[in-house]
Amino acid sequence: MSADTTTPLSAGEIVGAYRRRTARRVLLVLLAALALCTTILIDIITGPADLSFLRTLHVIVDPSVATVKEEVIIWDLRMPVALMAVVVGAMLGVAGAEMQTILNNPLADPFTLGLSSAASFGAALAIVLGFSVIPNVGGLLVTVNAFVLSLFASLALFAFTRLRGVTPEAMILVGIAMLFTFNALLAFLQYGASELQLAQLIFWQLGSLARATWPKVGICVVVLLIVLPYFLSRSWALTALRMGEDKAAALGVNVSLLRLMVLAGVSLLSAVAVSFVGAIAFVGLVGPHIARIIVGEDQRGFLPLSALAGALILSGTSIASKAITPGIVYPIGMITSLIGIPFFVSLILSQRKRHWQ
Amino acid sequence: MTLSAQGLRFAYDQRMILNDTGFEALQPGQLTALIGPNASGKSTLFRVIAGLLKPTAGAVHLGDLDLATLSTRARLKRVCFMPQFFAANASLTVFDVVMMARKNLAGWKVSAADMDAVGEALHSAGIGHLSEAYISELSGGQAQMVSVAQALIRQADVYLFDEPTSALDLHHQLDVLSRISETIRARGAIGIVALHDLNLAARFADHLILLRQGQVLAQGSPQEVLHRPEIAATYGVDIHITKGPKEDLVVHAYTS
Repeated sequence: MSADTTTPLSAGEIVGAYRRRTARRVLLVLLAALALCTTILIDIITGPADLSFLRTLHVIVDPSVATVKEEVIIWDLRMPVALMAVVVGAMLGVAGAEMQTILNNPLADPFTLGLSSAASFGAALAIVLGFSVIPNVGGLLVTVNAFVLSLFASLALFAFTRLRGVTPEAMILVGIAMLFTFNALLAFLQYGASELQLAQLIFWQLGSLARATWPKVGICVVVLLIVLPYFLSRSWALTALRMGEDKAAALGVNVSLLRLMVLAGVSLLSAVAVSFVGAIAFVGLVGPHIARIIVGEDQRGFLPLSALAGALILSGTSIASKAITPGIVYPIGMITSLIGIPFFVSLILSQRKRHWQ
Repeated sequence: MTLSAQGLRFAYDQRMILNDTGFEALQPGQLTALIGPNASGKSTLFRVIAGLLKPTAGAVHLGDLDLATLSTRARLKRVCFMPQFFAANASLTVFDVVMMARKNLAGWKVSAADMDAVGEALHSAGIGHLSEAYISELSGGQAQMVSVAQALIRQADVYLFDEPTSALDLHHQLDVLSRISETIRARGAIGIVALHDLNLAARFADHLILLRQGQVLAQGSPQEVLHRPEIAATYGVDIHITKGPKEDLVVHAYTS
């Protein structure tokens, strides 16, 4: 132990170091927020339609000057897409952060644990068989099916965590088992699907923001505004959980109740996000990991930055999806996977480093 | 206000861990050492006192108050429990985790007074230089010292330490136990510390409780308890007690 080999720091010096770190954290969160505002703006300004930078800015600031065409392009097409990217990114970032926290595993996220493939299977049930899990939902068939199935998958996951002696490794294995099960079921449906249905299904699975509308953005915002404040209010308890169940319980955290509530919130976030925009990989994995490296896991900083990082990634992806080939908007699910896979591998390789020893 | 327990019973599945366990009033300002071999029920007894496990029979009283009448949260505010040695791999700094204990899950904002209290606690524990280190980078002994600092920064009536010195070198064992006993005395709190080392128990505790297979075999001053034949029988060793240079009790144990 090195306790006696170093000059002892005074209490004032210790507090000073903490204050500097806190100030740095606040600054980084503000910078992330600023960067996000920039990407939202770029996202709205860019697109296949030929509108100049200044003209678009003018229309955003003063909507009354817009022609009908400009109004439709900017307000009805680009704005919902840009905002959907931000909100869904934040939802996935928060969902991933808390899933990793409650399962004590850095590889947990809605995608790696099979929630997204459950949603895809739900969507396929609707698209191929026209089967509705909840009757009489009309036009929302695909969305509702995806939502219900992904909720079902998280419940299955939770039931498993309740079993005695379940290790985080076993949890991940069960998640992966679900991933493959739903993928197999999906393959069955794809096998029997018509060409048109298949195209529709694949497009859904690729994940796209093109389906974004104002009401969908609204629903996502409402869900985020319900779940995020709850998570923030449990910041200390969630931080305590990272020190181990024993420690958290000794501080008075009802660990199984907290896990249940947080998993319910996470399920809602990921189910809504995935059902609206399709299976978007890795945002829930990468966002929290970036936040962890930058501010550590004090949830008071970790949670907001995970949301911001997720939003920033998806907003950036939305821009990239338009920039790769001018005139074509690629489904964002493709792009997040391309960015995500190298990251995923480096995460596994660097696991022995400080953040997850 | 004293702490006492009567007729505690607790079993994991079919295995009886606490079997009619009780102890007489422990006094404020005194440190009690809970001694006993491995698997004698020390950790379980702590968990039952803290309210983390519900006994199937018996009660724990703080003064006239039956602790079972309090909610777990309210109980854990009065009874501060430090679980045995922990190793967490979180990206949390030492300052963060001691602050978390100080805030005790209440109030989002960290005040200047909170920061000063944590700074002072780390300084006096001699782990100020670790303040900005992640807990995943600590050695076992350092993590244990952080754990003790987390417990001592909380204000409680009762403090339970489950083997706080198991990972520490000799110097830090003495240092941590002196700090625990000084804090208990200064706050007029009731302290129980589970210890394996009978010499440390004899040196630092005002009072001993000997536990074996979930039953209290002896309770009293170190002088009384260490001379009882149950000690040798419990550990399965021959024990001789002598006086050290500072009139302290020294325990010599030999395999019989």
